[in-house]
Amino acid sequence: MTPAIQVDRVSKSFGGVQALGGVSLEVQQGEFFGLLGPNGAGKTTLISIIAGLTRATGGTTRVMGHDVVEDYRAARRALGVVPQELVFDPFFTVREALQIQSGYYGIRDNDAWIEEVIEHLDLTSKADTNMRALSGGMKRRVLVGQALVHKPPVIVLDEPTAGVDVELRQALWRFIRRLNRDGHTIVLTTHYLEEAEALCGRIAMLKQGQIVALDTTRNLLNRHSGCYVVLRVEPDRLPDALAAHVTERLEGGAYRLALKNYDEVENLMATLRAAGIKVHEMEVMQPDLEEVFVQIMQKAGTVNGKP
Amino acid sequence: MTGFYTLFYKEWLRFWKVKVQTILAPVLTALLYLLVFAHTLRSHAEVYPGVEYTAFLVPGLAMMAVLQNAFANSSSSLMQSKMTGNIVFVLLPPLSHREFFLAYLLAAMARGLVVGAGVFVAAMAFVDVPLANPGWALAHAIAGSGFMGALGVIAGIQSDKVDQLAAFQNFIILPLTFLSGVFYSIHSLPPFWQTFSHFNPIFYMIDGFRYGFFGQADVSPWLSLTIVTSSFLALSLLTFLLIRSGYKLRH
Ligand SMILES: Nc1ncnc2c1ncn2[C@@H]1O[C@H](COP(=O)(O)OP(=O)(O)O)[C@@H](O)[C@H]1O
Ligand SMILES: [Mg+2]
Repeated sequence: MTPAIQVDRVSKSFGGVQALGGVSLEVQQGEFFGLLGPNGAGKTTLISIIAGLTRATGGTTRVMGHDVVEDYRAARRALGVVPQELVFDPFFTVREALQIQSGYYGIRDNDAWIEEVIEHLDLTSKADTNMRALSGGMKRRVLVGQALVHKPPVIVLDEPTAGVDVELRQALWRFIRRLNRDGHTIVLTTHYLEEAEALCGRIAMLKQGQIVALDTTRNLLNRHSGCYVVLRVEPDRLPDALAAHVTERLEGGAYRLALKNYDEVENLMATLRAAGIKVHEMEVMQPDLEEVFVQIMQKAGTVNGKP
Repeated sequence: MTGFYTLFYKEWLRFWKVKVQTILAPVLTALLYLLVFAHTLRSHAEVYPGVEYTAFLVPGLAMMAVLQNAFANSSSSLMQSKMTGNIVFVLLPPLSHREFFLAYLLAAMARGLVVGAGVFVAAMAFVDVPLANPGWALAHAIAGSGFMGALGVIAGIQSDKVDQLAAFQNFIILPLTFLSGVFYSIHSLPPFWQTFSHFNPIFYMIDGFRYGFFGQADVSPWLSLTIVTSSFLALSLLTFLLIRSGYKLRH
């Protein structure tokens, strides 16, 4: 099967600034793919190249097998993009904006689908409101709608939930999950790592224009072997043997310890018992994506010799 | 609905929805010129034999309105879209370079021609203007508005800020239109400026357009039309290549 997105050794420089330094990745059809990285890592630049909004300095990019430069019309027809910036055309209402966007793709008689999009994005009551009069969250929904007017097989969302309230965020993810279930390939960037962890089957992490990790979400989580223990003890002190494991003293007096693996939990208990310390409260936790992310970013920093 | 038609329609709506600003205002400005210049200069000038100065002025003002508004439409639309970022809505879809160019071009021409017709019709209320060869007038209006519409596309792509576009307008478009014989026949100019005028394509647009009304002009209408049309086509090609290169649009 043709990959939904193929990025092959893509680089991009803005004047002297290198935003992407030879990025390669493939997203298969039907995947829910996450693109993570700190601000300025190059996520938006990569998305812009895939969308044809920016031309790469080097390398090739394909969407559903179509080169984004040579065969730009077919590539763009296969792609829907929700841009990071909250842009809108102040001349039009929500429905007009969607109709016009649909017209750009040369689609006839698209009203039924447009009404469906309006309904799914909870925009029915605002359909005839001018774009100018919408709140930020509403504008974001319209942007999602505009990316879907042509039912693209591949949908890319650049921080769709930045600055959006919790309720809308959840509604938006429900909708996007549904699109994914219906067979659409989803690529997203987000700052909310717990969202990425819950949604994405595979994740690429970018730093300074380089891919520093590319794996399934599960493998990334497993890569971080070990676990965390949060403890409250009586008396409120730890034996010296355990002090080295403490990563943090939490509010309320709990200790947070990092262990290499689950077996160490038993040793920990034995050490405490031997010291006559009673456990009040204890919680064993798996590392989450945030932990993995921080670790990978730190490691990548030292490998490249750049902080 | 094709992509081209939609973009053209959107560009049409963009000025039509605010027609007080985009159509009525320039018509009023032209009428004010007519009032002031006709009143102050009527006794001094008879440019062509048998043609009253007030009548002489009308086609020039109408054509100036056509040209300035064609330029204003494509240039301000593109620059504003770039500034607000909503240009992505037309950059993301599979519009071909040709569709993109033609939609902006034709909407600009439409605005220019609508305003020009408005000036002409409004002026008819005050002045009797003959219409000797309407075909010549129309041909020059179409080619001239096309030239300025294409120039507006270039200026809009080039400008990142309002003042850059304003500079383009104030230091290039305005002088060229004022020095093109809107208010006078270039035969009344000193030799240096007469020669200068012959290098100004806008002079031929005005002159050929005026021929359509009075059946007389400073140069042959064939010469005007040839120069205006070839300038239009050459500039169109340049604009098309600029769009295709992605310059400042897909950087
Ligand atoms: N149009 C541009 N001109 C100059 N530099 C840019 C431009 N767009 C992005 N950059 C630079 O490229 C790098 C990557 O930016 P971006 O792709 O926006 O990162 P992200 O989306 O991951 O936050 C940054 O250093 C940014 O300053
Ligand atoms: Mg970004």
